[in-house]
Amino acid sequence: MSELEDVFRTEWGRILSALIQTLGDFDLAEEVLQEAFSSAVVQWTTGAPRNPRGWLYATAKHRAIDIIRRRTNFAEKQTELVIREECRTGNFIEEDSAVPDERLRLIFTCCHPALPAEAQIALTLRTLCGLTTEEIAHAFLLPTATIAQRLVRAKTKIRKAGIPYRVPSAPDVSERLAVVMAVVYLVFNEGYSAALGDTLVRQELCAEAIRLARLLQALLPEPEPELDALLALMLLHDSRRSARVQANGELVLLAEQDRTRWNRAQIEEGCALVQSVFQRGPVGAYAIEAAIAALHASAPRAEETDWRQISVLYGRLFALHRSPVVALNHAVALSMAKGPEAALPLVDALQSSLEDYHLWHATRADLLRRIGRTAEAVSAYQRALELAQNEVERKFLNRRLEELAF
Amino acid sequence: MQYLLLIYENEKRFATGYDPAEMKEYMAFGETYGKAIKGGNALRATTTATTVRVRDGKRLTTDGPFAETKEQLGGFYLVEANNLDDAIEMAGKIPGARFGCVEVRPIETFS
Repeated sequence: MSELEDVFRTEWGRILSALIQTLGDFDLAEEVLQEAFSSAVVQWTTGAPRNPRGWLYATAKHRAIDIIRRRTNFAEKQTELVIREECRTGNFIEEDSAVPDERLRLIFTCCHPALPAEAQIALTLRTLCGLTTEEIAHAFLLPTATIAQRLVRAKTKIRKAGIPYRVPSAPDVSERLAVVMAVVYLVFNEGYSAALGDTLVRQELCAEAIRLARLLQALLPEPEPELDALLALMLLHDSRRSARVQANGELVLLAEQDRTRWNRAQIEEGCALVQSVFQRGPVGAYAIEAAIAALHASAPRAEETDWRQISVLYGRLFALHRSPVVALNHAVALSMAKGPEAALPLVDALQSSLEDYHLWHATRADLLRRIGRTAEAVSAYQRALELAQNEVERKFLNRRLEELAF
Repeated sequence: MQYLLLIYENEKRFATGYDPAEMKEYMAFGETYGKAIKGGNALRATTTATTVRVRDGKRLTTDGPFAETKEQLGGFYLVEANNLDDAIEMAGKIPGARFGCVEVRPIETFS
């Protein structure tokens, strides 16, 4: 049975993308592909066919024709005509016929800017990655009904608003690719923020995001440096996964992580990608973030981190995105390169925009602690603790507070 | 498919009439998309609007638009497009999109 599971994992998105192209109907394509996999459970007991993809595609298409025949709606009859035409031309029943790869259309349609972001994410995971509605709900800690409703609304909008099933034309492609990359990164971050005690499905989101980025890389006609950079960024963050959280669920600071537990192969691939992106010309935000992650990943010991370079990169990132959170990170890097006294005024200047952000208080507390202004550090840690939601972060802040008490 | 492109802007901008340069842009838009445009008009200001309701079989007539908003419906185009992307492209070329916004609504069909 695991053979079939493998086929499901690797082939679902590809076959579905081809079925949607032929049938012009997301729901019908999904329904018949599901049924084809159900038939496979029964029929593959003595072993998978020579061409599993072709078998599943042909079986699903047969099923679709049966369903369409039973329908009476005129518009759907027209779809039937197209399929019948294909039957006549003979490129249909052939189990071995090549199944066209339409996944690039599929991902651009799922990530269409006319769909809300949370629907883009759910639809991408359902159609391209083959996650079930239950799995997506589990991964996002939401009720299954909520995800089911998002999927239904998104598919209805695709149909009723006339969202096309195609790769956008050249002038729009970079704007649209930015949306796709944002979806991929959101999927990754949802998985990355998951800590110990969270389900495996949540952490698998990181792997799905990396897989999606690789898929896009393979499908795009032109290489896209920002996509390479996004892949590098995710590989580098993900390389630290097993060193980030202790057995008791406590977050381990970057400086305190056991670097021998970092995934070397991922770090090497990530660093090589960053290097090639920077060699190719002007860089975007993902590239700068990836370069920062690469500098952390290549320091053999925390004390050898190139903070000067990191602080320069945060400066460049701030020039692209004038966000207070980036400014906060810049201040942290500066405190490591030039000392906490140099960074504190920068952090204080961000008070009005970040007053309700627990990491602003935690950062300030850390600087005050390092300067030796203990009483002020304690009250800043306490404020951070009041605002922090994540259990892992709360544990860390509590530990800092206990240390200061002695 | 047909789409209605609804142009919303702050109508105060037209209180003293239309900018001739902008009018020319609208003319050019009309020429570029002449084949796709099935209809369209500019609307007079909301100060000229009347709202009609029927409640319990009785007609109620009041002045003005039904709600106070920052941007008002100031004009529309009815266009024929292959899909939403083509409609979005047209919407982006309407001069009003630079000042306010254009809502793209697919036309319902009954069969």
